[in-house]
Amino acid sequence: MPIQYYIYLSLALFSIGIIGVLTRRNAIIVFMCIELMLNAVNLLLVAFSKMHYGMALAADPATTAGIDGQLFVFFIMVVAAAEVSVGLAIIVMMFRNTHSVDINFLNRLKN
Amino acid sequence: MIPVLLILIPLVTGLISFFLKQSAAAKNWALLSSVITLAVAVTGIFFLPANQLAFDAPWLPNLGSRFTLMTDGMGKMLCLLTAVSFPLIFAATYRNDYSNAPGFYGLMLLSQAGLLGVFLAADALLFYFFWELALIPVYFLCSIWGGNKRIAVTFKFFIYTFIGSLLMLVGIIYLYFQSPDHSFALQSFYHITLEAKQENLIFWLFFLAFAIKMPIFPFHTWQPDAYEQSPTATTMVMSGIMVKMGIFAVVRWLIPVFPNASVHYGNLVIILSVTGMLYASLIAIRQDDIKRLIAYSSIAHIGLMCAALFTLNKTGWEGVMIQMFNHGVNVIGLWVVADVIEQKTGTRKFSELGGLAQKAPVLAILFVVMALANIALPLTNAFIGEFLMFNGLFHFNVWIAAIAGISVILAAIYTLNMVQKVLYGKTAVATENAVEIKGNVQLVLVILAIVVMVLGIYPQPMIDLTKDTVHAILVK
Amino acid sequence: MSKLVYLVPLFPLLGFLVNGLGRKLLSKPMIAIVGSGSILASFVLSVLIFFDVKANGASVITLFNFIDADSFRIPFAFQIDQLSSLFLLIITGIGFLIHLYSAAYMHEEEEQHFGRYFAYLNLFVFSMLLLVLGANYVIMFIGWEGVGLCSYLLIGFWFKNNQYNYAARKAFVMNRIGDLGFLLAVFWLLYKLGTATFTDVFAGAAGLSSFEITAITMLLFVGAMGKSAQIPLYTWLPDAMAGPTPVSALIHAATMVTAGIYMIARSNILYTLAPVTQTLVAVVGLVTAIFAATIALKQNDIKKVLAYSTVSQLGYMFLGLGAGAYTGAVFHVMTHAFFKALLFLGAGSVIHAMHHEQDIRKMGGLKKYMPITHITFLLACLAIAGIPPFSGFFSKDEILTAAFAKHPLYYFVGVGGALMTAFYMFRLYTLTFLGRFRGSQEQPVKESPWLMTVPLIVLAILSVVGGWMGIPGVFAENAHSLEKFLAPVFAESAKLAATHHLPASQEFMMMGASTVAIILVILFAVNRYQKYQATTTTAAGITKLFENKWYVDELYDAVIVHPLQALAGFLKNIIEKSGIDALVNGVGKMVSYGSRQIRLLQSGQVGNYILVMVLAMVVFMLIWFNDAAITQFLNKIF
Repeated sequence: MPIQYYIYLSLALFSIGIIGVLTRRNAIIVFMCIELMLNAVNLLLVAFSKMHYGMALAADPATTAGIDGQLFVFFIMVVAAAEVSVGLAIIVMMFRNTHSVDINFLNRLKN
Repeated sequence: MIPVLLILIPLVTGLISFFLKQSAAAKNWALLSSVITLAVAVTGIFFLPANQLAFDAPWLPNLGSRFTLMTDGMGKMLCLLTAVSFPLIFAATYRNDYSNAPGFYGLMLLSQAGLLGVFLAADALLFYFFWELALIPVYFLCSIWGGNKRIAVTFKFFIYTFIGSLLMLVGIIYLYFQSPDHSFALQSFYHITLEAKQENLIFWLFFLAFAIKMPIFPFHTWQPDAYEQSPTATTMVMSGIMVKMGIFAVVRWLIPVFPNASVHYGNLVIILSVTGMLYASLIAIRQDDIKRLIAYSSIAHIGLMCAALFTLNKTGWEGVMIQMFNHGVNVIGLWVVADVIEQKTGTRKFSELGGLAQKAPVLAILFVVMALANIALPLTNAFIGEFLMFNGLFHFNVWIAAIAGISVILAAIYTLNMVQKVLYGKTAVATENAVEIKGNVQLVLVILAIVVMVLGIYPQPMIDLTKDTVHAILVK
Repeated sequence: MSKLVYLVPLFPLLGFLVNGLGRKLLSKPMIAIVGSGSILASFVLSVLIFFDVKANGASVITLFNFIDADSFRIPFAFQIDQLSSLFLLIITGIGFLIHLYSAAYMHEEEEQHFGRYFAYLNLFVFSMLLLVLGANYVIMFIGWEGVGLCSYLLIGFWFKNNQYNYAARKAFVMNRIGDLGFLLAVFWLLYKLGTATFTDVFAGAAGLSSFEITAITMLLFVGAMGKSAQIPLYTWLPDAMAGPTPVSALIHAATMVTAGIYMIARSNILYTLAPVTQTLVAVVGLVTAIFAATIALKQNDIKKVLAYSTVSQLGYMFLGLGAGAYTGAVFHVMTHAFFKALLFLGAGSVIHAMHHEQDIRKMGGLKKYMPITHITFLLACLAIAGIPPFSGFFSKDEILTAAFAKHPLYYFVGVGGALMTAFYMFRLYTLTFLGRFRGSQEQPVKESPWLMTVPLIVLAILSVVGGWMGIPGVFAENAHSLEKFLAPVFAESAKLAATHHLPASQEFMMMGASTVAIILVILFAVNRYQKYQATTTTAAGITKLFENKWYVDELYDAVIVHPLQALAGFLKNIIEKSGIDALVNGVGKMVSYGSRQIRLLQSGQVGNYILVMVLAMVVFMLIWFNDAAITQFLNKIF
């Protein structure tokens, strides 16, 4: 499959994520949208990694080209997992205190 | 070693002063320190050979900056002024009480170290360092021990002078890169040749810093406020010595470094200065407050000095040199008088004063002597300086000299107005119970009055002391 | 002998220091002895110097280098020649008499103020001696401003009275206006000739262009206008009568106000080389002489009459200088010093006896109470009116004759002024001494003590005989001993100026006619005021103008003082406060206003933050991908 398809898909997912973050006020949904954006990036990284590997294979059968892209993906997944655990904990605490998960509620931190 | 000692003594004693506990101890400590500085200065300037008066050591080798100190005639004279002024200032304000006196005197001494450093430094970065060392304690002095509006006024003063300093720093760094051997040394700055466009631009970076410090119209509005609000001892330092930093810097760091731009913008600067003289004199006529009147009168006098500098005329310069010293002495005397009057009567307003001559004749006499020096009456020291400066202006342009001369008349009007409103007439409520000055204050004023007279009758030693600077710079 | 000349000003200076510092320690007689004694010592020295000069001629004594600047050198030097030695005599001689007189006149003052008075007076004599002795314009200027200072201090001597303080300040400021002219002239000389020493300046004067020399002499004349109270800078002198009367006699009649005449006589070569200035000097002098005389006609304060009379007489001296009669002007300075000091001291004696009443409408008939004062005053009036053989006749005649030679109009106007002089002086005399006593004093009016009458008698003798050293050539050849004595000083000018000699017959006719006219005027004045009754009718027309001094003070207030105050107020309140300072503070306010506005962007709405972030990213991306296009775009704009 040509690389463009991956790019378009990832672009679409990323855009959905951004629009979700910008428009929704529910913290859980905002959170999910952030995950969506992260995963869109992951997809792109994997796709490019595969593409580079395929191109380098022709010249050198023992190549490790593109391996770093895959490594990054693992890092991102680890960070995202950590983030989810912290983020969800915050949201839970917030819900306990305010009985709401509306992010605009957070502006009370301002004062 | 002498120049290093001159800087170190106030610096170290100032730092020690912060750790003192009692205010009386701090007072005496500061007085002692300043007297030692005076002794060192007098010994160094009058009794030691010239080679003792220079110092050179590596400071920041990576930057090409060295701890270089030098003394020419002008530097000697201003060091002498600083060294003489501080003991007198401390003595004259000995009776004033300050909360946290150790801090006050510590800052005053730090400022003195900075001032002496400015007058001695022969390295641009070192010069900048001392320039700030002299100014920063003053910000604190004014904002902690000042009058009611001290915070706003200090802020204004700070912004004004700091903008100036930063512009100068930019200029210094630029010149550093242009200098042939990448150093901050004064001598290599003197050898820089810039293109006309760059020179004109960098000239303004430096000149603004100095113009604000002097101050020259229209950069002067921080001054009356700051003088009015600061504690009087600080005001004396500011107007007696610190404004001379501006003049001094023009002579040492501006005109020789930017000779062409100084000629190019000379007319403009002279016109600004002369405008400022008349402007400040006219405003002084309508003042109702002793301190503000002295502040505006000081602006007028400084304007004349700046104008005479930019005529680039030797006679005028000789006048500027001795006038730097004389103005310092005279204005400190006036501040002492203003301070005493405020202490004794609780007011500085002419409308609330009057008849002090009946209550305190000695104060009245000394006040009149200082006032006469302020209007440059012959046989007072200021006459010599003004006479030479007007001569320089006259060489430059007849009309400018004539217009500037009007300030001589205006000075008589406002000074005599002050004398009359404060000393003469019937006593007012505030002056009803005023008493005669005695002790320290009287001694200080008498010393100042004697200096005024002696330098007015026999000024030649002062002229000779500074002749080398005038020659060295103007011949170049 | 001349080597000791520095002692002449030194004695008064020492007197000043002793009296000034010891005014609380010394007793009144001690103070008076120190004060007068120091002047007497100077007088004795001056006499010796005078004879020395007469025998050996002029010399210059340099004490030390005052200013040694790059482009010029000003020595602290004294010039002793015929002119300065003559002035030394006048100053120390009359000064001594007035010091004596003061000891009695001021005896009511407390010790401290008594000491202060004598200290000021000694300082004045010191400054005046510096002025006269200085061998260059700068030393002269030191004395010039010094006498102005002493005049200021003495006019405001009774400093509790604010009216007096204003008068003192006015005197100083008006003098300062003149001083600025003087200073500029000195700068000009230094600029062109590189020297201010008289001998060098006069030697080099011929090398100056006629414009320069005219400008320099005009500027010097401005200085003289201020010091010698000529139009337009004369209004301080009548106000200066606020000072004690002996001060008026010494400073504002005999010595200080003649400094301008001295200076021009000293610079005679410059003026002879500048005919335009000479004409101006003559015209200003003449106009002042007439103008002040008209005012004096209608004044009722005994001292004010004398003050305007002084202004008027000074005008005559300037007329003489303008006409080139330098000797005549100096001659008149001398005789005027005698009779005007006498008039003032006489007036002081009257005021003293009348317990500080100065209004002549409340006097009258004092002849029988104060015989000595009366006789001496009458002699002085005759002298000033110009009746031969009293001193004023000779000096005034010399000036008027010279004026006639210059232009007949000068002469006729001048004689008109002389007639007015005779009228107002005898009006003053008659109202004060003749008729019946109109005062309301309880205590009897008594003659003054001997300390006051002795100086009167000495001055009266001088007023009578003082003119005989200048007897005009028409009476006897070579009888004008003053002219002979002063000849070396004015020699250069005399060479340059063409001298006209009137025919003797014409000169006699002019003298005779003017003397007859003056006598008629005197008789008229005495007759008219002998039976004077105080009236309450208000004056109208030109009399009112005279009485109110032509409203010149009011004019100056309206044209100069008020606009200056308004300008100062405008600068202080509008330009400074709402202009420059507001601009500076405005910058500060704008910064803090701006930051307050920008702060609002930090709303705390997380969504907003993210939106801005995303938008910024989009913008950056656009820039990234369209680098070339944007560069092009920017190039198009700039």
